[in-house]
Amino acid sequence: MSVKSESIKSKKDSGQDERLKKISPLRVLLNRPELGALGGSILVFIFFGIVAGDTGMFSAYGTLNFLDVSANLGIIAIAAAMLMIGGEFDLSIGSMIGFAGICIAIPAIYWGWPLWTSIIFAFAMAVLIGYFNGIMVVKTGLPSFIVTLAMLFILRGATLAITRLITGRTQVPGLRVLIEDDPIAWLFATDTFQWLFTWLGSMKLIALRTDGTPLATGIPPSVIWFIALTLFATWILMKTRYGNWIFASGGDKVGATNVGVPVGRVKISLFIGTAVASTIFACIQVLDAGSADTMRGTLKELEAIAAAVVGGCLLTGGYGSAIGAALGAIIFGTVSMGIFYTDVDTDWFKVFLGAMMLIAVVFNNYIRKKVTETK
Amino acid sequence: MSEYLVQFNNISKFFGKVIALKDVTMKLKKGEIMCLLGDNGAGKSTLIKTLAGVHKPDEGEIIFEDQKIVFDSPRDALDIGIGTVYQDLALVSLMSVTRNFFMGREPQKGLPFFKTFDIEKANTIAAERMGQIGIDVRDPSQAVGTMSGGERQCLAISRAIYFGAKVLVLDEPTSALGVHQASMVLKYIVKAASQGLAVILITHNVHHAYPVGNSFTVLNRGKSMGTFQKKDISREKLLSMMAGGEELDKLEVELKEMDRIENN
Repeated sequence: MSVKSESIKSKKDSGQDERLKKISPLRVLLNRPELGALGGSILVFIFFGIVAGDTGMFSAYGTLNFLDVSANLGIIAIAAAMLMIGGEFDLSIGSMIGFAGICIAIPAIYWGWPLWTSIIFAFAMAVLIGYFNGIMVVKTGLPSFIVTLAMLFILRGATLAITRLITGRTQVPGLRVLIEDDPIAWLFATDTFQWLFTWLGSMKLIALRTDGTPLATGIPPSVIWFIALTLFATWILMKTRYGNWIFASGGDKVGATNVGVPVGRVKISLFIGTAVASTIFACIQVLDAGSADTMRGTLKELEAIAAAVVGGCLLTGGYGSAIGAALGAIIFGTVSMGIFYTDVDTDWFKVFLGAMMLIAVVFNNYIRKKVTETK
Repeated sequence: MSEYLVQFNNISKFFGKVIALKDVTMKLKKGEIMCLLGDNGAGKSTLIKTLAGVHKPDEGEIIFEDQKIVFDSPRDALDIGIGTVYQDLALVSLMSVTRNFFMGREPQKGLPFFKTFDIEKANTIAAERMGQIGIDVRDPSQAVGTMSGGERQCLAISRAIYFGAKVLVLDEPTSALGVHQASMVLKYIVKAASQGLAVILITHNVHHAYPVGNSFTVLNRGKSMGTFQKKDISREKLLSMMAGGEELDKLEVELKEMDRIENN
């Protein structure tokens, strides 16, 4: 390819940079997809700060509690957001979580595999299923909504059938004893910064149990994964060529193909991404609970999509952010836990979830019009 | 070396029993703007896709810089230097000017496996290139959706040139534009040609084509009605050669007839 490389130095002091600075920070902020979610999460924290500030919700233990819930949702919401930016949906996230759970538990408990091999096995299955979803969508041109809805039923059914066939039950307990000394399981099952919490406890800065150990023992693995994945996804979207391809594939499939973006490959890799994120979610929950349940992850796909939408992702693709999805997950996680600390009946949580999503979609629609408005 | 940069000799394309193109021949020199005129259904789209490597011609040959070329994919056409700007422009309106400009061919920096999209370099080049056409992109990170239709067209053309196009194939670049915007795009096309590119301008608008074209090929029902140098043909003649011409003449006669009857 003959790329004419013009000298770019010559323009350094021609005034381009000066003019750039004239754009107000507010306009820059308004152009960011995560603006709504940022505002929303600030409001949520102010609300619970007032309503539940003195109830222990914001103690070390309480905070870690709602962060843990947010982080678990965030892990799948970020992957769902990236896929949505790429222009597709994955409704099989929840079923994938259940399926990954038994992929870990059955080989480890019934076939005597070392735990780490069954974890790797689960991830391998995730890559296969994600690849299958992707190739079906790309090759048939069917809406991903339909393809992954089919996968939702297939995986959930297979999870139930296989588990009952092998174990005769729908739950597989007994994993906790296998975690110790496993070379991989600690990645999904270790609280970090325990020394910090021990120290804070010894200084009487955080609540203690009756035996003198702190109530909050460390940062749960979900939070570490959540932070790492948010940073990783943001780096990919904003700073890499592949990130540009994700936006392009979701924004205009035909146009992107015409200028040489491998749209099919991008979409397939994003489907693998959601399946792998579901498996990370499953690893953390299964190892935390010590058992796999065939119904684990039910409806999680919808929560993940809701968090991504609140985070500024457009349902039509091509626009959104990982940080937005992360904030969306924090909003849902905080409200779902915070509601216990208020006098409000927890039944109202789903009402809130729905209302929040509606407001977000209306807001995002408005923003998109603003962004694409012609002069 | 022949005087022509690119030659399309006796191109034919069939879809089953349908003859979409039959024996179409076009030859372009460097710096030449050839306008390809034709009414709807004349085979313009098929011809464009054949030039761009989307379709393989069933008969005929493409000769580029004295070498016979066979395209297996649009990528091949791009690689040898035939840059096609489709009517939909292949721009994503939600993405920034820079991200669109380098879509699919992003400059990278950094170590292997940790390569990042060199957005600063991309911003500088995009702003500079747009500046050269006289479009002041104050902020290359602004969304393409905020640009006018003419500016978008120019962005798409500028991108094709930057990525090494020697032959520009432009599909109806002015059809969706107002007079002012269209003249801005046409001016840019002339400028591009004056820098040594060969341009194939596909349009059904003779009024846009005539002022900028050096030669004109008229396509009618899949067949070329010939290529004419500007000095050999008038605007009116061109117009009537396109399928619409005779129809319009007939319409005029009919209208006059109606007028006469009413006045009596």
